[in-house]
Amino acid sequence: MLATTSAAQHTDATPLLQTIGLTKRYGSFLANDKIDLDIRPQEIHALLGENGAGKSTLVKMIYGLIQPSEGDIRWQGRTIVLSGPSDARAHGIGMVFQHFSLFDNLTVAENVALGLDGKEPFKDMSARLEQVSRTYGLPLDPRREVWQLSVGERQRIEIVRALMQNPQFLILDEPTAVLTPQEADQLFVVLDRLRAEGRAILYISHKLEEVKRLCDTATILRGGRKVETCNPKAETAASLARMMVGGEIMEVKAAASRQITLPRLLVNDLSLAPDDPHGVRLEHISFELRGGEILGIAGVAGNGQDELFAALSGERPAKDPGTIVIDGQAAGHLSITRRRKLGAAFIPEERLGHGTAPRMRLSENALLTGHAIGNMVLHGFVNTAATLKTVDRTTETFDVRKAKRDPEAASLSGGNLQKFIVGREILRDPVVLVVNQPTWGVDAGAAAVIRQALLDLAARGAAVLVTSQDLDELAEIADRIAVMFHGRLSAPVPTAETSRERLGLLMGGSSIEAPEAPHAARA
Amino acid sequence: MELVEAIILSVLAASTPLLLAATGELVTERSGVLNLGVEGMMIVGAACGFGAAWLSGSIIFGAFCGVVAGILMSLIFALMALGLAVNQVATGLALTILGIGLSGLIGAGFVGERITPAPHLYIPGLTDIPLAGRILFGEDAFVYLSIALVVGVWWFLYRTRAGLILRACGDNHVSAHALGYPVLRIRLYAVMFGGACAGLAGAYLPLAYTPFFIPGMTAGRGWIALALTVFASWRPARLVVGAYLFGAVTILQLHAQGAGIGIPSQFMSSLPYLATIIVLVLLSRARTGGSTAPAALGTVFVPDR
Repeated sequence: MLATTSAAQHTDATPLLQTIGLTKRYGSFLANDKIDLDIRPQEIHALLGENGAGKSTLVKMIYGLIQPSEGDIRWQGRTIVLSGPSDARAHGIGMVFQHFSLFDNLTVAENVALGLDGKEPFKDMSARLEQVSRTYGLPLDPRREVWQLSVGERQRIEIVRALMQNPQFLILDEPTAVLTPQEADQLFVVLDRLRAEGRAILYISHKLEEVKRLCDTATILRGGRKVETCNPKAETAASLARMMVGGEIMEVKAAASRQITLPRLLVNDLSLAPDDPHGVRLEHISFELRGGEILGIAGVAGNGQDELFAALSGERPAKDPGTIVIDGQAAGHLSITRRRKLGAAFIPEERLGHGTAPRMRLSENALLTGHAIGNMVLHGFVNTAATLKTVDRTTETFDVRKAKRDPEAASLSGGNLQKFIVGREILRDPVVLVVNQPTWGVDAGAAAVIRQALLDLAARGAAVLVTSQDLDELAEIADRIAVMFHGRLSAPVPTAETSRERLGLLMGGSSIEAPEAPHAARA
Repeated sequence: MELVEAIILSVLAASTPLLLAATGELVTERSGVLNLGVEGMMIVGAACGFGAAWLSGSIIFGAFCGVVAGILMSLIFALMALGLAVNQVATGLALTILGIGLSGLIGAGFVGERITPAPHLYIPGLTDIPLAGRILFGEDAFVYLSIALVVGVWWFLYRTRAGLILRACGDNHVSAHALGYPVLRIRLYAVMFGGACAGLAGAYLPLAYTPFFIPGMTAGRGWIALALTVFASWRPARLVVGAYLFGAVTILQLHAQGAGIGIPSQFMSSLPYLATIIVLVLLSRARTGGSTAPAALGTVFVPDR
């Protein structure tokens, strides 16, 4: 174990890890441009930046996954060359990945063993695993297979695996993105403890309030360059965001008054068994959504949100037509196209491969959801002029930035593609819009445009259902919020009457009861 | 008694090439690579194995050359599917077509020749025990080798760290790469092992099963080995069950046809396939939850640099 020394002594000490002019070039593209970073022992150092700012590239170089084009990495004052992650681990650098690097069909112990150098016999390793997980309050059963575990438990494996190497420096890539607020609080306790033990942490996050609360130092990247190193506690969330974006972010404004009209989307006691063996069963889901209203569905990923989206969009039709009513018409059994003809529009979470066909042009992608209505198809032939016009209108209205008039979907950046997809659906003026994770992995500027568009659509009288893991987003745009857990949906509560704590508890599964079935006669 | 013994002996002989080839394919697929070229690797192994044995007069040298031929064939697959990241299904099918043609060319000079087949074990006393003696102690070396191989593969996959790493590559190559494992190199070794086993399985046919070579003599055994791997849900123990069951029903239905049971021969000939599929499906249904196939099976992996 490391000797605990006071924080004051460390402020002048040699940095534990230093990068000097670290640069990574892909062809002519500079992913990282001369980045200098100092990380001291007993420090939680935040790394902030928009998507594409170069955070991942930087930490991949520090963890030895990719090689720098130029520049040095210094460990305790000495220049080191990391030819692979095992080199980094040998020096005492650990990493917890954003997209977990776990193996679903292997047990917890096997997963941990794969992250270690393998010098220790498996039995001793298992015993030490149980001991480490107990010491840090991260309970794990080494014998269970990963696919059976919740997202929070999976992250525990990643953290315990990193801790088993007794690292002096730990990189955490967006660790709270998938956690409930309570789970995140538990994580912060662990991180505080690691800091107290003298370790250093590099903490990547989008959540600025969290960074202000937890971190001692923050380095901000923008477009591959370091913009600033500052003390986040002395900044405001808004000033940090300005540094990340390099300008002001448009403020999302709800219309002063909105007309709440007739019910546009009704879901009556919807239960559905999952298609795939790892899926979630939907259990007695009921809600009513009126025109002019935005209903937010919160919840940790993997609690049935994707299954609910598939049921609402018609990708997975229900047997009983009455379970889903779109604008007064029983639609539970209808196909996607029939539902679109009733005035519904759907935006899935995954942009490439679900929301768009990646290798097809934008005009062709416009046709894929727009063929049901309007003039895109005439007598069985595609009206190319109409599809191109949709692309142009979407581009103009939603400020989609692209290299040419009609590029392949895959060539757009995440934010621009999402603006295109949202725009494509909204310009059809749907009466019901179902959208799953509208701003997932999108930069702050594009996210603001998209949220504003959803608010404007509701103001024009449409019913909008937004599923999101981002509570701040829901608080910003939703009129009412319900929480999804294990395939059940809590009763929607007006946003003003709820709190992060209450939602967090629901997201963790406490006190969601099955809403009473509206028709008692239905077995 | 004589008949039962004869049947069991021929079942073991018929099952051995399936078990050998399927064991190799199981390791390949566990690493995440789908090599559909088993039939092609087998038939080239048969041609080269027979040719070498006929020229040298040594069964061991013949078996060795069969293994080497299988490895060389698998290296062609590895170059395409791993090195150049070409679609694995297409590459595997092409390898089979190549193998069938190549074996005809290599074997053309040996068609019609005969060799002395691989000798059977004889331990005085033990082998002479009625019934069990010849079955347990009177087989050729390939039979014992195939059983040792499948036990060895089981031990390797579930009891060694290298086996764990191999399974990890098959489950999620992105994670394995992120943890610093050389995914492509591990897969290369797994593909070569698969090639070696297929080559040996092919060589078994002309070296021990029938002591001569004819073109196309593998007769679809490579495809059956592939199917066995899937239906055994990628588990070595089930592979043994599947391979011997397939061999047993094949031999039994032949005897039944010979005995003149009034069932159409076409139906009888399909029985081995039906029985194997039904039993292995029932076995894999017994597992609760979890996916049985290696999750990364058949997907191309290109590491970022």
